[in-house]
Amino acid sequence: MNLFCIGLSHHTANVETRERFAAGARAECSLRAAGCAEALVLATCNRVEVYGASEKRVSTDEIAQCLLQKSAASDSGRGDALPFYRYEADKCIQHLFRVASGLDSMVVGETEILGQTKKAYQSARASGVVGPWLHRLFQRAFRVAKQVRTHTEITRGSVSVGSVAVDLAEKIFGELGNCRVLILGAGETSERTARALISRGVSDLRVSNRSDDRARELAQRVAGQAVRFNAWPEQCREIDILITSTSSEAPLLTPANLEPMLSDRIDRPLFIIDIAVPRDVDPRVNEIEGVYLYDIDALQSVAEQSLEMRRQQIASAEAIIAEHVADFLERVSYDLNRTSRTGGHSPLASSSLRASRL
Amino acid sequence: MDRALLIISTICFLGAVVRTGIALRAGVFRPGKFNFLAIGAGFVFQTAFLSVRGHAVGRCPLTNLFEVFIFLAWSVALFYMLVGPTYRLSLMGAFTAPLVVLLQGFALIASIDIPHLVKLPANPSLEFHASVSLVAYGAFALACIAGVMYLVQERQLKTHHLHSIFYHLPPLTDLFAAITRLLWWGFVLYTVGIVSGFFTGRPLPRVQVVAAIGVWLLYGAILQGRHLRRIAPKRVAALCIVGFSVALTLLWGITFSAQTRSMP
Repeated sequence: MNLFCIGLSHHTANVETRERFAAGARAECSLRAAGCAEALVLATCNRVEVYGASEKRVSTDEIAQCLLQKSAASDSGRGDALPFYRYEADKCIQHLFRVASGLDSMVVGETEILGQTKKAYQSARASGVVGPWLHRLFQRAFRVAKQVRTHTEITRGSVSVGSVAVDLAEKIFGELGNCRVLILGAGETSERTARALISRGVSDLRVSNRSDDRARELAQRVAGQAVRFNAWPEQCREIDILITSTSSEAPLLTPANLEPMLSDRIDRPLFIIDIAVPRDVDPRVNEIEGVYLYDIDALQSVAEQSLEMRRQQIASAEAIIAEHVADFLERVSYDLNRTSRTGGHSPLASSSLRASRL
Repeated sequence: MDRALLIISTICFLGAVVRTGIALRAGVFRPGKFNFLAIGAGFVFQTAFLSVRGHAVGRCPLTNLFEVFIFLAWSVALFYMLVGPTYRLSLMGAFTAPLVVLLQGFALIASIDIPHLVKLPANPSLEFHASVSLVAYGAFALACIAGVMYLVQERQLKTHHLHSIFYHLPPLTDLFAAITRLLWWGFVLYTVGIVSGFFTGRPLPRVQVVAAIGVWLLYGAILQGRHLRRIAPKRVAALCIVGFSVALTLLWGITFSAQTRSMP
């Protein structure tokens, strides 16, 4: 029995190529016909991979043809050299553990891939194409991913500007349900950030814009209330979070006009997210006690720090994975040896996988 | 026997400190169960020490500077056990353990465990006054630790440089709420301690009274400033550190002078 993984990912193929094969993600049945005893297709926006177990070696071309069959048969004649990679035995196990743990993802440490892997496994299991080998392999992969997540900082911090802003808000205020938010400038970026805050429980939203109509429109969309543009500075006495993204050429908020308004709210922090370019808020505002100002560069810098922190954790995660690969192989060979000695029947022994091949 | 219990307790706390140090060096801080268990074990041995010592001296073990330090370390651990899990301040253990190690280590190394030549008679009201005051010190110590955590987080937020530890700290506003509560607990207990001092049936040295009232006024002023919103949270956090440093120095001075006076 051969255990193998054949696929392409963002490392080896561009989005157009991935699209061609992703459409054939439900090709497990054809894979059986091609000689796979067990097969599972993992198709996400960044990868299309086939995990299989077969008695005889199934070539990469045969797998590629199966993937193309249902999706883009007409495109199959393109004749380009397909950027598929192939991992067998221990390399295949290691690759799956890395994928499930988010180490092979475009954004290192992202957790969405684990959910997608689980979904692919459940779907393949429902189709009846997953047998004892893949079952055991994937169950272990889920365990490994969980362990990597728990024992390293690989998923720590946010890596996109929007989520950094929301995470920082939570680090300052805890529960965001009681936070009052003012959106200054009814642009698309403000709206996206506001929606991210709403998803974390913010309900008191105020919108101000030079054009009152646009302010009212956005306020309606985010279930907030519109504030006249000349009245927004006064709002700083009440609000907890200010999101600014106007097209003003000069700073709208300076220490001189903000400080007098903060005297009444000395015990409450003010978090300012300035995503405007040029900036709406004078950088010296960050020097005021209790005010935390993050412009687009600061948010980007935090995202990069998180990414760097995740990269530093790769070695620890790889060590966990290596341990599990060795243990998995050992257990499989132990089970095979035991069943061959006792002449007993086990689902794994019914396959003719040789431990030495793994 | 009792010193052995104390040494084991100190080793437990030291275990938490070492583990935190290693984690921070590796850039991975995870406040897992180990710190809480190590501090819990340390607390059990501390309690056993105080119990054995209490039986030996026939009263609350606050008869010399050594015992005062251990009782204070015990109060700090007690408040951590009460406050840490309740407010999800698990990281507080990483900050609490070094303080306890410092207090107990100093008490063990310095020759301050001087037994009284004459066995002191039991005086329940005096013992109540001393123990309640020291438990209040435990609350002030934890407020000081929470203050350090607040300042660490505040600094990282201001400078936009977030380290691994940042992600394990409680939100700024939660931390400030915990500081306020600890200050109130400490203040109320300290008030009870001071008032009970006037009912001990023996005259209190003037220096002790002045120092105690000085500490009471200092914490009263911090709480008043907080209540009237005159002091910003960052300053409250800094004042908690200053306040506890002052209180600890005065406690050491008072106990040391009392011990010197009682010596033949």
